[in-house]
Amino acid sequence: MLEVRDLVAGYGGVPILRGLSIDVQPGEIVAVLGANGVGKTTLNRAISGLIRTTSGAIRFDGAPISGLSAPDIVAAGLIHVPEGRKIFPNMSVRENLELGSYRRGRVNRAANLERVFGIFPRLRERTGQFAGTLSGGEQQMLAIGRGLMAEPRLIIMDEPSLGLSPLLVEEMFALISRIAAEGLAVMLVEQNVVQSLELAARAYVLENGAVVMAGSADDLKRDPRLMKTYLGM
Amino acid sequence: MLKFDIFLSALANGLMTGAVYALIALGLTLVYGVLHIINFAHGATLTAAMFAVFVAHSVFKIDPYLAIVMLTPLFFGLGYAVQRFVINPASHGNDSNILLVTLGLSIIIENALLAGFRSDTRSIDVPYGFSVIEIGNLFLSTPKVVAFFASFVVAGLLWLLLARTDTGKAIRAVAREKTGAALSGINVDHIYAVTFGLGAACLAIAACLLMPTFLVNPRIGNAFVLVAFTIVVLGGMGSIAGALVGGLIIGVVESLSGLYFGESLGQIGIFLIFILVLLFRPTGLFGAKA
Repeated sequence: MLEVRDLVAGYGGVPILRGLSIDVQPGEIVAVLGANGVGKTTLNRAISGLIRTTSGAIRFDGAPISGLSAPDIVAAGLIHVPEGRKIFPNMSVRENLELGSYRRGRVNRAANLERVFGIFPRLRERTGQFAGTLSGGEQQMLAIGRGLMAEPRLIIMDEPSLGLSPLLVEEMFALISRIAAEGLAVMLVEQNVVQSLELAARAYVLENGAVVMAGSADDLKRDPRLMKTYLGM
Repeated sequence: MLKFDIFLSALANGLMTGAVYALIALGLTLVYGVLHIINFAHGATLTAAMFAVFVAHSVFKIDPYLAIVMLTPLFFGLGYAVQRFVINPASHGNDSNILLVTLGLSIIIENALLAGFRSDTRSIDVPYGFSVIEIGNLFLSTPKVVAFFASFVVAGLLWLLLARTDTGKAIRAVAREKTGAALSGINVDHIYAVTFGLGAACLAIAACLLMPTFLVNPRIGNAFVLVAFTIVVLGGMGSIAGALVGGLIIGVVESLSGLYFGESLGQIGIFLIFILVLLFRPTGLFGAKA
């Protein structure tokens, strides 16, 4: 469904991604793991059209998307829930969600709104509240909800657990697994290795802008290199 | 009671002028609130719109109020095109470049008008130009009363657009969170240009409302835009309600200080307010805290 091949991208001529390749199949949860600064966010920004790629290919459903603008990639159904949430703080929860269907899913807006409120009942209680006044966890729910409003075919979640309390992290991962259980493909980009591997079927581990480990989540969980690097064992 | 009547009439005149000031400030504050830049071509665009009303009336015999329906979409389109195809590409994403480009545009527009129309001051003659509405001892100029209510209608429509339509919501979204907007499928460049177009459309309407009682020369816009800057700062940069209330306050202050300090000192009150706001409430009346 999503194919990234030998991707090179960066800022101001400095490459952050150095020939990176990953795949996401329909309906699967794929984790992309790595510490701070290995290029996870750059990868997301390149896939969703926020930065231009230097070389390599990105295909979605077989069609190249690396030259498309961010709105065109949204229109294709590839939705990116960004790191730091990037919600609209000056607007109500409802307006934030409505804007999720600005480009895609507009005809089903009312039904999708109900669906999102079904997944995140806490957002329903806060429909009229300014998004900027929500707690961190609620803002994350809002960001995911806004993404779901566009009827994604593949959703990229960049660090959804960042800045949340351990209890909320559990809740967030449970919600993501529930969303994915409906058949949505999820690319989960995380630093939280243990919980991401519980959720995902397959995973890639990035270092220095390239994939250094890849495989099924079960295999990676037992891989001594991963244990050493991320779990200190 | 004569003195009180004069005061009342100055107050009413101030409110009516203030409403048009508010309309001009509305365009400025909208562009600032979304693009986070001061549009230095705002005054020159107003001048161009006033000349457009003048030409429509003197050449094509089109009434200024009828011209609203033609010039508003025309100026929206011009504003859209200038932002999208001139200002945005020339700025390379750098705000200080945008300032310089709009400043350059204002110089080009002003001098083109100077070349085309010379520096003469011109006005148009409409049959209702001197008609008045009598309320008790108050005599209100009909075109000014029309301008007052029309300005509120435009501000109300603009508010509805921003609050209720998807495009309006996208404008507010882009104002605060560009990346989030792009990832929701909003074309940020398009929204910037729409915002700029709306600013120019406000000026076209203001020009149509002003021309029945006002005159035009190639530098006229500057006088208005200085006042509009004060209003935007007073009301709070980027605030629609602030522009409206600020416009009315400034109109009344100008009119009353003209009454008490003499016509030539009328504008002193405006700039006193400007300095006081900057000293004591730099975010303005409706401005968000930084």
